[in-house]
Amino acid sequence: MGLGLGFYSRQTHSLAPIALRPPGVKNENDFLGACIRCGLCVRDCPYDILKLSTFAEDIPLGTPYFNARKIPCEMCEDIPCVKACPANALDKELTNIDDARMGLAVIVDQETCLNYQGLRCDVCHRVCPLINKAITLEPRHNQRTGKHTLFIPIVHSESCTGCGKCERACVLEEAAIKILPFKLAKGELGHHYRLGWEEKEKAGKSLVTPDFEHKYNLPEGLKYEHEGQGLMKDSR
Amino acid sequence: MAASLPEHAGKAAVLEKGWWLAHQWLLLRRFTQLSILVLFLVGPLFGFWIVKGNLTSSLTLDVLPLTDPYILLQSFIAGHEIASTAFIGALIVTVFYLLVGGRVFCSWVCPINMVTDAADWFRRRFHIKGGARFSDKTRYWILLMTLLVAAVTTTIAWELVNPVSIVHRGIIFGSGFAAIVIVSIFLFDLLISRKGWCGHLCPVGAFYSLLGHFSFTRISASNREQCDDCMDCFMVCPEEQVIKPALKGASKGIGPIIMDMNCNNCGRCIDVCAKNVFTYSTRFNNSTLLNVANKKEVAP
Repeated sequence: MGLGLGFYSRQTHSLAPIALRPPGVKNENDFLGACIRCGLCVRDCPYDILKLSTFAEDIPLGTPYFNARKIPCEMCEDIPCVKACPANALDKELTNIDDARMGLAVIVDQETCLNYQGLRCDVCHRVCPLINKAITLEPRHNQRTGKHTLFIPIVHSESCTGCGKCERACVLEEAAIKILPFKLAKGELGHHYRLGWEEKEKAGKSLVTPDFEHKYNLPEGLKYEHEGQGLMKDSR
Repeated sequence: MAASLPEHAGKAAVLEKGWWLAHQWLLLRRFTQLSILVLFLVGPLFGFWIVKGNLTSSLTLDVLPLTDPYILLQSFIAGHEIASTAFIGALIVTVFYLLVGGRVFCSWVCPINMVTDAADWFRRRFHIKGGARFSDKTRYWILLMTLLVAAVTTTIAWELVNPVSIVHRGIIFGSGFAAIVIVSIFLFDLLISRKGWCGHLCPVGAFYSLLGHFSFTRISASNREQCDDCMDCFMVCPEEQVIKPALKGASKGIGPIIMDMNCNNCGRCIDVCAKNVFTYSTRFNNSTLLNVANKKEVAP
């Protein structure tokens, strides 16, 4: 019976909950060892966003969660849910709500996101409490029309709190931007992996032998122009 | 007097003392159980917050924290550092039950008690006999298992299935699953195992039994020489094995206090006894000599 319960508990917390945890949860597994399922965070949430899970949800029973598409976190400055937690399952070290990491916004579907189609929806960007920090709009060439700009929403994980306002506001029938748990939302570089340009900046110089400058074997009086003009007369 | 039929348990007491006196502790207990539920419910139902939270942890009038020490122990074993609020809450709860009796939680607070008492009443009323028998030690193995699983999974895994908190949370926070659990436990106790859940399996009760080992308030069979062997107390007792040493132990030099840690201090034995054998007392009134001495003083 103990084994059964053990495996059942494994199963429930290996299921990545699409539901989001309140602010102050660092790690789902630690949270499941700390949360005593009393619901005091739910009671002290001024916007009634948090719910305790029942058997109907694929979330460990009795634990608090919210559904961003239904009601996102309002990011109260005094963080009453964290204050209410008697067990410190919601970490009291979280005192600035901008440091909360409830999940990460991800454009899950570029094929339907209106901004990717060249339209100026911009709603996710506009509603973001950390506008221009957590979501920025990056100009890209619109290859369909050849002359317009796409304003691509880009989420920055160093600022996004996972509050879910963008997911709530997305104008599509099914949101193209969704808050996902970090485990699903973030990639992770191999720990041995180094990015050359960053290492170069850190060291202040190139760490490998610099490339030789390429030399073309061109007829006298001609040179090759890389900016698009191609072969041209050398005016030197 | 010969033993009465199970469904007649308590009839003699009603004739002797009247219905109200023969049900006084039962009524007080039901009143307490329901009042606790009401205290938790007036907040969510009417927006008037007296008690917030549920039985695992609560905050009363925004000042008094109460936390179930058993769930906090599981959290600690799962590797979580105990927070001060929860610790203070668990300490208050622990001291309280050490004073009034560990399993007072079971008989006076836990909402499941009404369910299993009802199942037992139907069993007696309709002579439902037999069924599976578990050792009453099973609960301690389940208790140990819940702690081991917490250690291995580093989560409070027992809370995924704990019927006690599922029911209480379901009532307070509104989940229909509470009803399914209530019906399941009722049917289990009614048809599968007599006094099965509370008396044999529940690890929450087992935890409070362990507290009860040290608790102060006890039931005393202080008038045990009056006992006429009607067996009514055994019939209604949720842990019938606890009565015999105290009630029948005079010749063996055993004191009249029920010292068994499984005694719920529910007081039902006091109610159903027509001879007023039982009374609430404390663990320190257990001297057989004192008992004899008292009797001599009282004797005309």
